[in-house]
Amino acid sequence: MDIDLDPIEQLDAPIYHRYHATSSRAITPFLHAMKRGELLGHLSTATGKVLFPPLGACPESGQATHMPVILSDSGTVLGFTTVHLPIPGSKLVPPFTVANILLDGADQACGHLISECEINAVAIGMRVTAVWRAKEIWNNSLENIEYFRPIAEPLVDIDELQKQCLIKANHRKKSAQGDQDA
Amino acid sequence: MREVAIVAYAQSPQVRQEKVLNEVEILMPVIEEALAEAAMTMDDIDFVCSGSCDYIAGGAFSFVSAVDALGATPSKMESHVEMDAAWALYESWLKIQTGEISSALIYGFGKSSVGELPDVMSQQCDPYYLAPLWPDSISLAGIQASALLATGRYTERDFADVVVESRRKAKTNPNAQLSGDVSADHLIEAPYIASPLRRHDCCPITDGASVLIITDKSALPKAKTKPVYIRGIDHRMEAHQLGIRTLSESKSSTLALANAKDQAGIEQFDLAELYAPFSPQTLILKDALALNDKVDINPSGGPLAGHIMMSAGLDRFGMSFRALQSSTVKTALAHATSGPCLQHNMIAILEAG
Repeated sequence: MDIDLDPIEQLDAPIYHRYHATSSRAITPFLHAMKRGELLGHLSTATGKVLFPPLGACPESGQATHMPVILSDSGTVLGFTTVHLPIPGSKLVPPFTVANILLDGADQACGHLISECEINAVAIGMRVTAVWRAKEIWNNSLENIEYFRPIAEPLVDIDELQKQCLIKANHRKKSAQGDQDA
Repeated sequence: MREVAIVAYAQSPQVRQEKVLNEVEILMPVIEEALAEAAMTMDDIDFVCSGSCDYIAGGAFSFVSAVDALGATPSKMESHVEMDAAWALYESWLKIQTGEISSALIYGFGKSSVGELPDVMSQQCDPYYLAPLWPDSISLAGIQASALLATGRYTERDFADVVVESRRKAKTNPNAQLSGDVSADHLIEAPYIASPLRRHDCCPITDGASVLIITDKSALPKAKTKPVYIRGIDHRMEAHQLGIRTLSESKSSTLALANAKDQAGIEQFDLAELYAPFSPQTLILKDALALNDKVDINPSGGPLAGHIMMSAGLDRFGMSFRALQSSTVKTALAHATSGPCLQHNMIAILEAG
């Protein structure tokens, strides 16, 4: 065996594929709404929960979701982390804080950035609102929101918040199913 | 051995291009349809297993989003194979044999229209010797087809005859993409795309999804559908390097069939659904499986009439199930393949219950 050959430790084999993807039935209206500056979620009639961002399927029931709901651009921080390491390929300069934010009226949290406050000031239950980029550059993208900033409201008890969300979802479920029966 | 039955099957239409719906949106109504056929709900399903490949549509984790279509909260026992969903069925069948579960829902999906499938398929080849050459699936099938011609067993006209039969039989398959009356004389006039293959010798690019439900005999659903039992099932794989194999034959199919027959104790089949994405492969398989003219080959039209990449093997089980339900015949052979030029082959023997 040629054991004295230099081992080859790297072999460049770049792979390029072209795809012509289109957005789906659920995502297309969401992206159009983003361009108008609206946050569009879906009501799951099976659970009464408002899903944001909408994927077109309710993960609890497996049912397709269609019913659009326009949501507020304010919400509550359910969880967060501050990233101190640079992420390869990312435009974000560390340290920065990403949070799971439950928009008012939604039952599913979405991820976004938190800014305009000291890193140490971010807290679970903090009330936040969206800071939009200039309207002229709005696109079919969640990036139209640059980040969320804190608003001067007291911290929210998120256990209580989630309890209240569930009660409202159950009401919506009953009325949605009542509509179907009628 | 536990007796395992196919109890439901559903398939989306096999379209050339689904412009609006994503994979999950294609899949949801198909799952609903299969559950309805079996009169089951997701609560009755012990295990879910899928076959798909994120390279097909170029979307990372598309198989994970597909779980949303299951109503998987609270979580289900779930698994996935980066193979045709026929292998997801095999995993499910094994799991029933272990006694761990008594029912499984299996699905496969693919949106090949989004990418360039023949080139995407080249990525399954050996990364040092083959993949850098970008051997697309049609070219490799062309090499296999010319090896078959060189044996003198068949001619290009025989390839065309396979296509004529496929299109004719597909006339009764409402989900077929290609069907109708065509003549071999006419087909043979078409130009080559990778000699000796012509366009019609290749399965059509297809978007779609399919779902199949199996249960242990002790857990048959209450639905009125006639169960179809998997009496024997085996799969065998050949060498990855094409140069090692005799491409004009399919030894792994012959071996898998012998093993499946041993399990089943069934020697004759009324029909066979063969996963041959290129017309000459139908002839190679027909010889490897010693199928005589009494066997109705691909009554659904087979993959030449519609080919959902990652689900076309599962569809052979589904189409056999359908055929056994709607006729008086009793036995079927379902075949699935994976890898280039029939590298890996599965054979199952099915019997109407």
